Amino acid sequence: MAEQVKKKDLNIFVEYLTRVEGHGHIKINMKDGKLEACYLNVIEAPRFFEAMVRGRSMFEVQHITSRICGICSTGHSLASIKATEDAIGFTPSVQTRKLRKLALHYETLDSHLLHVLFLVTPDVFGAESVFPMIQTHKDVILLALKMKKACSDLCDILMGRHTHPITLAVRGFTKIPGKKELEKSRELLGELEKDLAIVLGVVKLIKLPEFERETEYIALTHPDEYAFLDGNIASTDAKEIAPRDYLSFVHELNVEHSASKHSKNKRNSYMTGALARFNINHKKLPEKLLDIAKSLGLKAPCYNPFMNSIAQVIETAYCLYDAIEIIDGFLKNGIDQSEAVASWPSSLEKNKFTFKSGRGVGAVEVPRGILFHDYTVNAEGIIEKANCVIPTNQNLANIDMDLQKMVPEILHKTKEEITLQAEMLVRAYDPCISCSCHLLDVEFVD
Amino acid sequence: MSKVRVAFFDFADCEGCQLQLTYLNEALLDVLKHCDIVNFREVMHERSDDYDVAIVEGSITRPYDVERIKKIRERAKILVAYGACAAIGGVNGIRRKYTIDEAKKIVYPDREFPIETGEVKAVDQVVKVDAYVHGCPTNNNEFAEVLKCLLLGVAYKVPTYAVCVECKLKENICLYEKGQVCMGPVTRAGCGAWCTSNGNTCYGCRGVLEDFNQQGQMDVLKKYGVTVNMLKDKFTLYNSCKMEEKNG
Repeated sequence: MAEQVKKKDLNIFVEYLTRVEGHGHIKINMKDGKLEACYLNVIEAPRFFEAMVRGRSMFEVQHITSRICGICSTGHSLASIKATEDAIGFTPSVQTRKLRKLALHYETLDSHLLHVLFLVTPDVFGAESVFPMIQTHKDVILLALKMKKACSDLCDILMGRHTHPITLAVRGFTKIPGKKELEKSRELLGELEKDLAIVLGVVKLIKLPEFERETEYIALTHPDEYAFLDGNIASTDAKEIAPRDYLSFVHELNVEHSASKHSKNKRNSYMTGALARFNINHKKLPEKLLDIAKSLGLKAPCYNPFMNSIAQVIETAYCLYDAIEIIDGFLKNGIDQSEAVASWPSSLEKNKFTFKSGRGVGAVEVPRGILFHDYTVNAEGIIEKANCVIPTNQNLANIDMDLQKMVPEILHKTKEEITLQAEMLVRAYDPCISCSCHLLDVEFVD
Repeated sequence: MSKVRVAFFDFADCEGCQLQLTYLNEALLDVLKHCDIVNFREVMHERSDDYDVAIVEGSITRPYDVERIKKIRERAKILVAYGACAAIGGVNGIRRKYTIDEAKKIVYPDREFPIETGEVKAVDQVVKVDAYVHGCPTNNNEFAEVLKCLLLGVAYKVPTYAVCVECKLKENICLYEKGQVCMGPVTRAGCGAWCTSNGNTCYGCRGVLEDFNQQGQMDVLKKYGVTVNMLKDKFTLYNSCKMEEKNG
């Protein structure tokens, strides 16, 4: 076998990275063994949400901001509602909190399944996309579609639909499922539980590149549960802080090569998402799931970003089991449908809705990581100022730094292999570029 | 019969309407029997510039996007505006209340690099559109109908009556009766009164009817003590792009 010669010059430009949400290019440029450029170039059209919600009612802001992203619209909706409720001093009921957890679990299930089964597996089976896999791996595709449909049906029951949920509102839910709907949900979850066993079998076949780069991990953390909806902000580098202080961890900066703002804490980058949550909160997972994680090669702390997809699989199982527990609780103890609220306090409500004005922050773990909505509400209930910090933005600096460490380590590979591995790395973060460019700019590389 | 070549494109939007397609279940596989999806960046690596039908999601904002949609128009025999952002401008249009410089100042107070953007437009404000799939998000039942019509070569007719009609058929109590303000009386039907059947109000995402019953709407407002101003904000939520068109 010929001796492998390390490249001195390398020029890779992946135009319109596919199988990710949103628009981005990968640019790698090496001259005389020196990396001159190596980054993800975000080219999504800016949408200016923070400007759009200014001057609008606090009761419709979640309706608008859920439109930042079609894949994580439930997460945006919940972060928005939490920010508003925090600002106006409203505490939701215990039942509302359970239902919101359920809503978020459904979205995480749906999103993780989409990522792992539709977007990651083609790399594993050497396919360009899921479409040729309809011929070659029909069973996997049918299973994925069946599971997606179950998630969609669960969302329909609880939220009217998944994308841009209808029933989530400031103060609670506009419609609450009854016994029949809960029984149907339980049945769907039971089916998903069976299908998950098959997914785990498929996931075992996934062979991911070996690569490590230790970084700072940031995630919500909660004393009683694997945090998704509530909790403080934890970091592997620092003491945990309250959501309202998020700006002491999250420093946003503009970068010329990216339309999306980047984020950093004390180091030059940090990671958020399933792997960060797993690294920080793994002790809150049931033993059974930790065993599955171990069998898939995932053990905390894990510094291989490719393993983010495996952490997503473990979270899929967690969300599924926790959703079953919540539904079983409602089936056993009943659910109070009279708690339903109007999306806007109606003119007929007996006790006029009163609130205080001020600033509030909602921090929620969405599929791709920690999401912040930060609003200032005035005495008329109008949004005066808004800031949204999106998980994908927070990961962009970390993606660039991973690329910069990884590319020099794999120079013995062919250009095609390097390109594929760079694409796989970006895809492992499951980036959501529409989200990250909820307000951003462009740079063209022609 | 050769298969129809279908391509998906997205502009400024959340990609949520494309996501609806992953919920089509096995019906999606049935549709695929009759068409070849040749371009769909969100889920596939392969891409082709040879297509019959272009399904376009998102609003047009940047000069670069204007050029891109014009090229798509040239190549496609049929161009479909898919979802509220493409069909009527959608929530992106809210930005029209600011000048571009004002919006930049709010969102990027200290960015030293250039930001390219432009006025927000619905697709038909830039190129000719042959068919519409309304809604934020679109609903798959209607999309399946539109696809069927396309495959049969007949025009799909978007309902010309209000959401109220569908809401009444669902036997919902009128939201005005419950002390709420609703866009149902002026909004194009076809969603099956999706939001109002789930305890919320109509936000007008399918666009304002071209000739809604103005007198009827005024009567409703008068009866329930709702001012035109209370309704105005509801109009600007999804319909800002089209309102300016109407007002010149």
